[in-house]
Amino acid sequence: MALVLLVFLVAPIVMIAVVSFWQATEFSIIPAFEFDNYEFLFGSSVTYRVFVNTFKYALITWAFTFLIGFAVAYFLAFHVRSLTWQIALFLLCTIPFWTSNIIRMISWIPFLGRNGIANSALMSWGVIDAPLDWLLFSDFAVILAFVHLYTLFMVVPIFNTMMRIDRALIEAARDAGANGLQILWNVIVPLCKPGIMIGSIFVITLVMGDFITVRFMSGSQSANVGRLISNDIALLQYPSAAATAMVLLATVLIVIAILLRFVDIRKEL
Amino acid sequence: MEPRPRSFYVLSVFFALFLLFLYGPTITIGILSFQGPGGGLTFPMRGTSLYWFRDLFEQQAVGDIWGSFRRSFALGLMVMVTTVVVSVMGGLAFRKKFPGATVLFYLIITSLVIPSILISLGVGLMFSQAGLTVHWATSGFGAQLTWTLPFGLLIMFAVFNRFDKSYEEAARDLGASPWQTLRHVVLPIIAPSLIGVALFGFTLSYDEFARTLLTAGSYNTLPLEIYGMTTNVTSPVLYALGTLTTLFSLAMIAVFLGITWIATRRRAAHGSDAGSGVV
Repeated sequence: MALVLLVFLVAPIVMIAVVSFWQATEFSIIPAFEFDNYEFLFGSSVTYRVFVNTFKYALITWAFTFLIGFAVAYFLAFHVRSLTWQIALFLLCTIPFWTSNIIRMISWIPFLGRNGIANSALMSWGVIDAPLDWLLFSDFAVILAFVHLYTLFMVVPIFNTMMRIDRALIEAARDAGANGLQILWNVIVPLCKPGIMIGSIFVITLVMGDFITVRFMSGSQSANVGRLISNDIALLQYPSAAATAMVLLATVLIVIAILLRFVDIRKEL
Repeated sequence: MEPRPRSFYVLSVFFALFLLFLYGPTITIGILSFQGPGGGLTFPMRGTSLYWFRDLFEQQAVGDIWGSFRRSFALGLMVMVTTVVVSVMGGLAFRKKFPGATVLFYLIITSLVIPSILISLGVGLMFSQAGLTVHWATSGFGAQLTWTLPFGLLIMFAVFNRFDKSYEEAARDLGASPWQTLRHVVLPIIAPSLIGVALFGFTLSYDEFARTLLTAGSYNTLPLEIYGMTTNVTSPVLYALGTLTTLFSLAMIAVFLGITWIATRRRAAHGSDAGSGVV
C-alpha cells in the first residue's frame, strides 16, 4: 500500500516540483533549473486575481455548506427519533454523492438557463420582467453548484460527531436552566468541532482544487487556480502549469495545517 | 415522549427543501430526457418519447459511449477490488505501531486533500517523461487509487478503532491459527463495512473525472466522454445519457445495500452474535 502511494502520490508531486523549474519553449520542455516560471507567476497580476477568486469561492462555499450541513445534521441527529428513520434519511442524503458530479452539474442547465425553470417561474409570478442573465454561467452558478455537490462532505462528519454526543449532557444543561439556543451554542457546537473541522477540510480542499465546476458553471468566464493550471496544460505549457500547481499545493497545505491545529483526526475516527 | 419543539417543524421543512435541492435537478433532467423529437434543452416538453434514448443507442458520431462505459465499468471493478484488499491489509497493519506509521498516516491524509488536478498532471508528466504511454488501466488506475484508497483506509481505521479484541483472543485461546482467526472471526465481523468500502471504491472510480483527465490516454472513460459531449452536443441526448448513468449508479447502490441487508438478515437467522462487536 505504501508502494501505491509512493508511486502515484509522492512521485508525481516530486515530478511536478522538478518540472516546475524547467524551461519551456513553444515546442518542447527542456530540463533546467531556473525560477523563470515562478518569476512569471508572481510577477503577473492575473495570478493574484485568480488566487483571490479561489479564496472567495472557497470561503463563500464553506459558509453555505457549513450552515446547511449543520442544520441538516442537527435535524437528523436530534429531531429524528427512531434509528431506522435516521438511517433511511441519512442514506437519502448520501445517495447523490455516489452519482456522477458532471451529470449533477449538467442538470442545473434546465433550471438556470435563460429560458429555464427559474426564469420562467419568476416571470410568470411577475417578480421580474426580463430573464435574468446571471443565473447560469456566472459566479452565482459556480457557488450554487459547489454547495450542491459538496454539502454532503459537511453533513456526514458533523452528523457522525453529533451522534456520539452523550444525551445526558444536553439534559444536564437543560436542568441547569439553559435555553435551547444556549444548549446549541455552549454544548452542541463545541462538541461538534471535530466534525466541523473535518467537513471544512474536505469542502475547502475540494473547492480550491476544483477546475471543472468553475469551467463548466461559469461558462469559461471566471477563473480559479485550477483553471489556470488546466489552461496551461491545454497549451502544453507543462512547466508553468507545474509551477502554479506547486503554489496551489503549498496554499492548500497551509490551510489544512491551520485547520488541523484544531482537531486530531486520528483520534476522531 | 415529550412534545416536538417548534424548531422540529422549521427544520423538517428545511430538510425537505434540502432534499429537493439535492434531487430536484436530477429529476428534472430525468423528465426532460423523455422530450419529443422536436424538444430542446429546457421546458416546455414537446411531447414525450424515447427518441433521445434511441438516438443514444444508434448514433456513434460523437465518440464511443459504450466503449467508454465498458472501460469505466472495468476500471471501477479493478479499483474496487484493490481498494478493499489494500484497505483491509492497511487497517490490520495500522492496529499495531510500526516504524513510519505516522508518516504514512499523514501521507494518506495528504492524498485525500491534494487537489486532484495535481495528481492528474503529475502522473501524466511522470509517464510521458519516462517514455511510457498513459493508459486508463495503468496510469488512470493508479491515479484513481490515490483517491479511493484513503477513503477505504479511513473507514477501516474507524472500524478497527471500534473492534473488540476479545473476539480474537477467544479464537486464539480455542487454538485458532492467526490465519484462521482472520478468516473465520475478523473478516465476518467487518464484512458489512467491507461492502461499504467496496461501494465507495466503485462509485468514486466510476464517476472520477479530474484525476483521469490526463492519465486515461487515448481511450476515454465515461465521465470524460460525457464531459466531451457537453462541449459539442446540445440536444437532450445528453440528458438521456445522464439519466442512464444515474440509473446505473443507483442500481449499483441498490445492489450493495441489498447485499448488506441480506447478509444482516442471514446472520440474524443463524442466531450468530458476530457483528455485535461492530457498532
